[in-house]
Amino acid sequence: MTIEQPIISIQEATKIYGGGFLSTSNPIVALDRFSLDIFESQAKIITIAGESGSGKTTLANLVLGFIPASSGKIVYKGVDVSTMTRAQRRTYRKEVQAIFQDPYEVYNPFFRVSHIFSMIVRHFNLAKNRNDARALIEDALNVVGLRGSEILEKYPHQLSGGQRQRVMVARAYMLRPRLIVADEPVSAVDASLRAMILDIMLKLRDQHHISFLYITHDLSTAYQISDVMYVLFQGTTVERGSTGMIIENPRHPYVQQLIDSIPVPDPKVKWHTHISLPAEEVMRMKSSTGCRFYQRCTQHMDLCTRSFPPYTRIKDGHEVACYLYQPIAEPQQAG
Amino acid sequence: MSSDQKVLEVHDLSVHYFTPGGAVIAANEINLYVKAGEIVGLVGESGCGKTTVAMSILQMVSAPGRIVGGEVRIEGRDIVNLPERELRKIRWRKLALIPQGAMNSLNPVIKIKEQMEDAIIAHERTRGAALREKVLRLLNDVGLPERVYSMYPHELSGGMKQRVCIAMAVALNPAIIIADEPTSALDVVVQRVVAQTLLDVKSRLGVSMVMIGHDMGLQAQMVDRVAVMYAGNLMEVGPVESIFEQPYHPYTRLLIDAIPSTKQKKPLKVTEGLTHDLRNPPPGCCFQFRCPYVHDECRQKRPVLKEMGNDHYVACAQFN
Repeated sequence: MTIEQPIISIQEATKIYGGGFLSTSNPIVALDRFSLDIFESQAKIITIAGESGSGKTTLANLVLGFIPASSGKIVYKGVDVSTMTRAQRRTYRKEVQAIFQDPYEVYNPFFRVSHIFSMIVRHFNLAKNRNDARALIEDALNVVGLRGSEILEKYPHQLSGGQRQRVMVARAYMLRPRLIVADEPVSAVDASLRAMILDIMLKLRDQHHISFLYITHDLSTAYQISDVMYVLFQGTTVERGSTGMIIENPRHPYVQQLIDSIPVPDPKVKWHTHISLPAEEVMRMKSSTGCRFYQRCTQHMDLCTRSFPPYTRIKDGHEVACYLYQPIAEPQQAG
Repeated sequence: MSSDQKVLEVHDLSVHYFTPGGAVIAANEINLYVKAGEIVGLVGESGCGKTTVAMSILQMVSAPGRIVGGEVRIEGRDIVNLPERELRKIRWRKLALIPQGAMNSLNPVIKIKEQMEDAIIAHERTRGAALREKVLRLLNDVGLPERVYSMYPHELSGGMKQRVCIAMAVALNPAIIIADEPTSALDVVVQRVVAQTLLDVKSRLGVSMVMIGHDMGLQAQMVDRVAVMYAGNLMEVGPVESIFEQPYHPYTRLLIDAIPSTKQKKPLKVTEGLTHDLRNPPPGCCFQFRCPYVHDECRQKRPVLKEMGNDHYVACAQFN
């Protein structure tokens, strides 16, 4: 085999909400033709960045198979996820794991922490007996720097936020997945724990070859750990490529605004500009024909409303969907 | 009103949570003050007692927690032992709270107008058209359009809900607002808009604030003074410029170093060591298990806050 087949291939995945037969409101395109390939040989941390409503979580839900795509498809080892058989789906569910944002809400408060682990051990038949199961759990917990004796018999509310999140990573790791969809895994934990969880992600990538779909709005942590980045804005991918290139040299006005909004950890360098966002409905206005950022863009041109800007290659592995970087102006219509 | 007037003073405040396994010392002899028109940031990791301090300022520590010592003075008046009836008069009017995850604190089945009016009616005689005017003005103050007035919380985005909470907090023109992580769980651009709203409101109304957070970057942008807490103890307090320029305490340095940069890639700094069991703190410094500079003295004597000049205090044996 010369060309490696991607383990997961997202092909023009689109998700449209609303706009059904009886619906009076306009449909909302939550995700617009998103494509991404994940290869098994090279584990990568792939950042999906964007603000709330940009389609990040929709993408996560699509990949996890929680919702069907409106068009396009997600292919896992050559099989379309939506047409999988029960057995195939089960493998898929095992190989693609998730960590969620809020480590408080994913627990059932009535069960001890051990329940989370014993449940999946049973569901996926991971161990033959109790001792095996215990060893497996202990091993997974060690990877995230926890000890079973410390936490397994506790109730979720007795754990700290960082412990809760690490337990979730351990749970995901226990199934030896190929991909972990991490939906804002560190936005609810604080600085010292953030480094710990990001470090665990790096460790899982480098030592256990697990890829991550790192969904976040925090570009600075993405910059520190991820390899590839896709910046979404209202469902469209506005800039994509190597994380370093994008953060160090953002091209799309939206990405520039995002990076500019990261608070500078220096009291002497205060935000000097005042940004204001247009009203919600203006921002949500359907401009399916043009660039979605048009309303908020300070550099918009007439051209921008006509059609969605094609991707312009800035460098190898850095593309931007913005007319500002189109090498040749569109030919003017005669007359 | 002189600008040096202390709106809020916390003296030797200690809060314990009484559990079957012993008392958890969530706040240990905290001393803090907030001057008029000032924003004081209270930072530290989760579980360090930030929210406990905030709640005890509001006299809302819930069981099994109890304030075991110290006083909280609002405009000079100690409120620690006030009866509930008196406290209800003070809360919201003098002391407002923007709760953690404020956007989830709105009642989902009640329109914004009713929720806001409710709070005002409970404390003031404003009714009818004047009430409506007031609510609309408040919404306008935080940069929200008029139509929010008759909307339900689910129709608003996270940042808008957060701004509704800010509007509610300033509704009665309180002397001090306790903002418990007012921008956590918002994305950067919205965070910036909400932060701007808070700063706007502050400079317009001259209200003082205690801003709890763990994002040192945001603290640098917003607050005037920073108080760093660790395991229930105050480690360092000082003007924000001074803290960032010359952080004395190793923990403060750790917090500043942990801010991820977008300027350069650097290896993640993972700090080893766990916080001690808060039920039985070790003798000596509470940071000893995680401090890279720990020495014998730290294990014996608890350092007290010592002024390093320029209103900058630190509790560390290195400087005692």
